[in-house]
Amino acid sequence: MIETITRIPVAHYKNVKARAGYSIRVDTTEVALFKTTTGQVYALENRSPHPKGGVLSEGLISGEYVYCPVYDWKISLVDGKVQAPDEGQVRTFKVEVKEDIIFIVL
Amino acid sequence: MKKLVMIGNGMAGVRTIEEILKLNTEQFDFTIFGEEPHPNYNRIKLSNILQGDTNFDDIIINPLEWYKENNIQLYTGEAIVTIDVESKRVISDQGREVEYDELIIATGSNSFILPIPGADKIGVTGFRDIKDCEMMIKSAGRYQKAAVIGGGLLGLEAARGLLNLGMKVDVVHLMPHLMERQLDPIASSLLKTELESQGMNFLMKKQTVEILGDERVTGLRFKDGSEVEADLVVMAIGIKSNIQVAKDSGIYVNRGIVVNDYMETSVPHVYAVGECAEHREIVYGLVAPLYEQGKILASHICGIESKPYEGSVTGTQLKVAGVDLFSAGEIFEDGTTKSIMVYNEYEGLYKRVLTRNNTIVGIVLYGDTKDSTRLYRMLTKKEDISGVSIFHTECTGEGSTDDIASMSNDELVCGCNGVTKGAIVEAIHTQGLTTLDQVSHCTNAGRSCGRCKPMVSQILAHTLGDQFDAAAAQKTSICGCTTVSREELVAEIKEKGLTSVKEVMNVLDWNNTEGCTKCRPAINYYLGMIHMDEYKDDRDSRLVNEKMHANIQKDGTYSVVPRMYGGVTTAADLKKIAEVAEKYNVPLVKLTGGQRIGLFGVKKEDLPAMWEELDMPSGYAYGKTLRTVKTCVGAQFCRYGTQDSMTLGIKLEKKFERLDTPHKVKMGVSACPRNCSEAGIKDIGFVGIDGGWEIYVAGNGGVDLRAGDLLCTVKTEEEVMEITSAYLQYYRETANYLERTSKWVERMGLDHVKEVLADEETRRGLNDRMDQTLKKYIEPWNEAIQNEEIKDKYYTRHNISVGSESK
Repeated sequence: MIETITRIPVAHYKNVKARAGYSIRVDTTEVALFKTTTGQVYALENRSPHPKGGVLSEGLISGEYVYCPVYDWKISLVDGKVQAPDEGQVRTFKVEVKEDIIFIVL
Repeated sequence: MKKLVMIGNGMAGVRTIEEILKLNTEQFDFTIFGEEPHPNYNRIKLSNILQGDTNFDDIIINPLEWYKENNIQLYTGEAIVTIDVESKRVISDQGREVEYDELIIATGSNSFILPIPGADKIGVTGFRDIKDCEMMIKSAGRYQKAAVIGGGLLGLEAARGLLNLGMKVDVVHLMPHLMERQLDPIASSLLKTELESQGMNFLMKKQTVEILGDERVTGLRFKDGSEVEADLVVMAIGIKSNIQVAKDSGIYVNRGIVVNDYMETSVPHVYAVGECAEHREIVYGLVAPLYEQGKILASHICGIESKPYEGSVTGTQLKVAGVDLFSAGEIFEDGTTKSIMVYNEYEGLYKRVLTRNNTIVGIVLYGDTKDSTRLYRMLTKKEDISGVSIFHTECTGEGSTDDIASMSNDELVCGCNGVTKGAIVEAIHTQGLTTLDQVSHCTNAGRSCGRCKPMVSQILAHTLGDQFDAAAAQKTSICGCTTVSREELVAEIKEKGLTSVKEVMNVLDWNNTEGCTKCRPAINYYLGMIHMDEYKDDRDSRLVNEKMHANIQKDGTYSVVPRMYGGVTTAADLKKIAEVAEKYNVPLVKLTGGQRIGLFGVKKEDLPAMWEELDMPSGYAYGKTLRTVKTCVGAQFCRYGTQDSMTLGIKLEKKFERLDTPHKVKMGVSACPRNCSEAGIKDIGFVGIDGGWEIYVAGNGGVDLRAGDLLCTVKTEEEVMEITSAYLQYYRETANYLERTSKWVERMGLDHVKEVLADEETRRGLNDRMDQTLKKYIEPWNEAIQNEEIKDKYYTRHNISVGSESK
């Protein structure tokens, strides 16, 4: 197989509301897309690292963090790191915004 | 400035720093190394975390800001591996070197792990820090069976926690009696019986010799050859002072780091305090003596003359799995002692005072520890007890303020922090304190185990007299984002006319500009409560269930529970539910506890379509609002029914549905005192009697099982509606967000609530505000169906196959 860098258009920037999370299924991967109050867009795997799992896209967003909706873990949107006292890390995806199109880079 | 370095970031050490800061000599630059990745937290409360009563944020004693404010350089997650006592510097495991003028070792202790084969298997843990707690919580999610080795306080707390987490628990104890160092055999057997009834299983007189299993533990083997299965093993048999770094650096150690009466080690300018220190051959493990040591060390290190530390006599006030215990001094009788006993097996009370030559030498109290401070004072002061009545009362009620008045000023109130009644009263007077939080902050009373808080509260009430305001005294800040209390927040919203969550956080200087999952839903609620029908709800400040109008399940699917007023449905509605369930392949159709049908395991993108096809209102099974009104069949069909319970139930549910309340509210209506709808354990319960209704309030069938109290008896349905509306509105206006009615009533006092509702004018005002609030609600499922923006933002899953265009 040839490894390629794929830029996948996933949404229009202006359609994505601030302080909201969207779930997007890219082939088989479930991605949670978030826009912060300042307009930054982040993409994380839509899966909490909590041992019992859970999604992230419906979590409450505060600054550059999302609180996991099921177990209330605080997770950084920037690097996917779970904040103390909990531990873990969510896979993050690189995001590019070009002329109103949000791309996820795989 | 001199450089003060501390190794360890736990309770005893940080308390020492607090004491130094209090002396305000400004002679030090502080550096603290902590091995754990957290600020200083209250280790005593770990069992509460395990038992699910609290979360980690709530047990932090010194938040990171505290270190910043006091210019303390804190390195967390970094252990000191070398102390170079010659060149006076320490070296961390990350290679950091820091010089010191004075060095405090406060490395605490570790769980003592039995040196037996298999002790290193996965699934074996101590019970000492937050990591251990998390490991246990995690294990409980995957495994069924736990064994706790050690029947002392820590072991029993751990066992209770694991029971709460749904595990089966065996407690293994070497001795024939539980907590044999604190309790005599009678108290010990009472405790054992109580804990057995809670579900613990005891294996007494068992010596563990091997831990079985491959990689992960599967069981224990005992010396007598018997075995027991276990997927998780908790060792709670004691602590071992953490002395390695001191020992390696040539500091004299025995069981602990040996210190003199000023906490000085064998090396100049190096001190030890807390569980790592051994003073006069004793290593203390309770918080009270450690804080005493900290205080003396602080004075000494600041060059202030102080009295030497001469050891502590400790009385232990404990709460094990809901049972109050107190123990001090000698436990066992000998030929020279005489006992004074009260033993009430029926109520589970047992008190015994051991005396010798007319003085108290030992105390064991089980079930009621109200006498502990007085008896403990008599013990420590060796008071002559001839002619003194030892046990004042035999009832179990709360201490009244008369008891407070009769307490002498030097009586100890907070055992953990050594705070006397006199010190509390003085602080209240001189610093004008009015809240429990303030008293705790100024005096430290109640800051550790928290058991004395009710008494501190009574002292506050007694000292302030008429000026005491019970509601205000409970002031605590809403969350870590602010210091503002609920009362202040509500007052500020009204006074400054704040109208949005964002504005509140901005104007009131939230230190976290976008808040957190604790404050944002709370602010949103208070705004809606205050501005009644004018406030535009901030949907993104609601947590997932209320935001989605469906309950999220652990796999990310949702449940749909349509309204079924009073638990009454029709064949047509049942058909609709059945068709929808079939069409959308709903994995589980189940009757809920609130007399309706739940559809579980629904994908979020299916929610709007299902709602549309059901064409029934949301049952709000997810909300901080009225859930259901459970009813019995009642006078329409039942031969015992004296009232029409279904009609009243439906009327109540139709009136109050969708109303935002501080926490969920459940109601039940029964047509006769047989109470088939369990009205006695509802937030508000109605019981039909001949010619009227009894209204019960503050019942709870959940975590804090509590029978409802009779609020009043009324004659007509109209009166029922009017009282209920006033009661609910008063709850909405005065409760803390997330405070259930049972807790609220206990805090406010039932008599107070009755008094408020007795006034006709007040009642009318409450009813008016309720009616105005109720105007604003619209059906949320219907709204979602009709609004494309809501559908796109909350209920859509965008599917993209790589290579295709985005939509």
